[in-house]
Amino acid sequence: MSYALPPDPRLRRAIYCVAAVALLVLPFAVDALLGRAWVRIIDLALLFIMLGIGLNIVVGYAGLLDLGYIAFFAVGAYCYTLLASPQFGIHGSFLVLLPLGALVAAVFGVLLGAPTLRLRGDYLAIVTLGFGEIIRIFLNNLNRPVNITNGPQGITLIDPIGLGDIALNKTYSLAGLTLAPVHSYYFVFLACACASIFISRRLEDSRIGRAWVAIREDELAASAMGINARNLKLLAFSMGATFGGVAGGLFASFQGFISPESFTLLDSIMVLCMVVLGGMGNVGGVVLGAVLLTALPEALRYVGPLQKAWLGDIYVDPSDLRMLLFGLALVLMMLFRPAGLWPSSTRRRELAGEGNANGT
Amino acid sequence: MDIFLQQLVNGLVLGSIYALVALGYTMVYGILGLINFAHGDICMIGALTALTVAQALTAMGVPAPVALLLAALAAVLVCVALGVSIERVAYRPLRQAPRLAPLITAIGVSILLQYSAALVWGKQYLSMPEIVKPTEFDFAGVHLTDLQVFIFVLACALMAGLLWFIRSSRMGRAMRATEQNPEVAGLMGVDINRVIAFTFVLGSAVGAIAGLMVVLYYGIGHYFMGFMLGLKAFTAAVLGGIGNVGGAMLGGLLLGIIESLASGYIGDLTGGVLGSNYRDIFAFLVLIGVLVLRPSGLMGQHTGDRA
Repeated sequence: MSYALPPDPRLRRAIYCVAAVALLVLPFAVDALLGRAWVRIIDLALLFIMLGIGLNIVVGYAGLLDLGYIAFFAVGAYCYTLLASPQFGIHGSFLVLLPLGALVAAVFGVLLGAPTLRLRGDYLAIVTLGFGEIIRIFLNNLNRPVNITNGPQGITLIDPIGLGDIALNKTYSLAGLTLAPVHSYYFVFLACACASIFISRRLEDSRIGRAWVAIREDELAASAMGINARNLKLLAFSMGATFGGVAGGLFASFQGFISPESFTLLDSIMVLCMVVLGGMGNVGGVVLGAVLLTALPEALRYVGPLQKAWLGDIYVDPSDLRMLLFGLALVLMMLFRPAGLWPSSTRRRELAGEGNANGT
Repeated sequence: MDIFLQQLVNGLVLGSIYALVALGYTMVYGILGLINFAHGDICMIGALTALTVAQALTAMGVPAPVALLLAALAAVLVCVALGVSIERVAYRPLRQAPRLAPLITAIGVSILLQYSAALVWGKQYLSMPEIVKPTEFDFAGVHLTDLQVFIFVLACALMAGLLWFIRSSRMGRAMRATEQNPEVAGLMGVDINRVIAFTFVLGSAVGAIAGLMVVLYYGIGHYFMGFMLGLKAFTAAVLGGIGNVGGAMLGGLLLGIIESLASGYIGDLTGGVLGSNYRDIFAFLVLIGVLVLRPSGLMGQHTGDRA
């Protein structure tokens, strides 16, 4: 499957090269033009791209609605934090902790998916919704009797990613360029996001990916073809959780501080919005959705002062407005453009109602 | 023993509210096969509407029973209008769409309702005026208030009325027919769209009353209160067997009792390690337990036919 890229391989290679150079220069250009705060936003966008790609495996490929996806992000983040912060005085290396976080998140994914995946997709949606809340309740309350998560105060002074003497929270000078923490993290995140995209694309066209799509479109028919639907759904679920776990670890090291407040239902909804808005099942669409929705709050930041100027007072809190727009976007997208802004070809066919119209 | 009885009674009162909300989920699920995620938030809108009306009326010096009645009426009207328009605008066009589409829409509607409420009522906790001053009395060693009795009796009456309606009325029969097979029901002359709209009317009206009960019982309302309420009521519906009206009532009562007893005893049982701040997780544990052990619920007819 090729996107809108030209079929000529030489031209395609040229486009890839230009894109790669642009991505390498991007943080410095943004830093110079818009300021360092925007580099930070780009970093977060890359994290959300990873999250979106993870959720896309679950929702887009396998067609399972996961409404508590941020819980896996939280699991990854706390896993990293507890083993790389003064909380327990343990300072592990990210080379161990990121895979560990991914593994723990995947285990949680299996634990959560196992009882529900035998049943209709709706149950999964509500169970994941509950699970997201439960994780947050535990994170909030596990400061007594033994202080594990430090409760609502959260944990500070989380170790940055680093090897030996090099740590990403220091500023370096490299060939005349200032490499501030946001820049170094940008490259780490970029590498991880690219790896995610690569893995996801390879999965999509693999035997497993095709089985997922088959299950999504007609589980009964897929089972009749010899696909073990339950195991594959479980795999999709834990695979999605893995991406969330890695992203969580990266997030914790990047922020240096986490608290349960970073992992609310609204964050789950936001990631879901990215996937739905961009186009379920299409990696390009998810990237688009993640970038758009990460930039949106920044754009909405001007809404407050505008209201003050025009209406005399702040009537709509920008963060509320953001959630209103998310809700509206979910409804409108499903009604008018169910395949997303940048749909995948199979999804478009399916949702356009050809063939499997009253599909399962 | 006293504590046990006390928690049992508290659980019954709480459970009767869950049961009312669960009815809305189960009726819609029975007919459309859709989890109406927005139902909890419809109850929230009902609760906050009733709260606002009650505040305004008590400020004007209207006598308590009249104020309460008008508040309930306003809540029901607003919720019915809301429920029907949501069905018309957001769910009806997607009736033939793949499963995922209406689910995502329902989530979107739920978020929309929450943040619209945040806009209208603000994000702070709102307090319900004490229209009904709860007078306490002891009955068989249990501490009760007349408010608790009132809530429980009203909830039971509503449920009985609803059961009778679905069993005996013409519309109730049409609802049951649509639930069994919409196409054949349509061929028999049942106006499917009307029946589905009516299901939302019924569910929303009952949900509005449940919302009113919540603010009466706890004395406060909040734009996010529908989320947990909805999650628990859905659990109750699954516990009873989703799609089954009687099951929803049973499930609601049981869930209320389980939650009450569990949060009452968890501190003692775990030696103080876990406290009542974990009360919200019991519903979830029940949900997982039911799904693993008996996915069709206590009174469900057929085991979870898969997607």
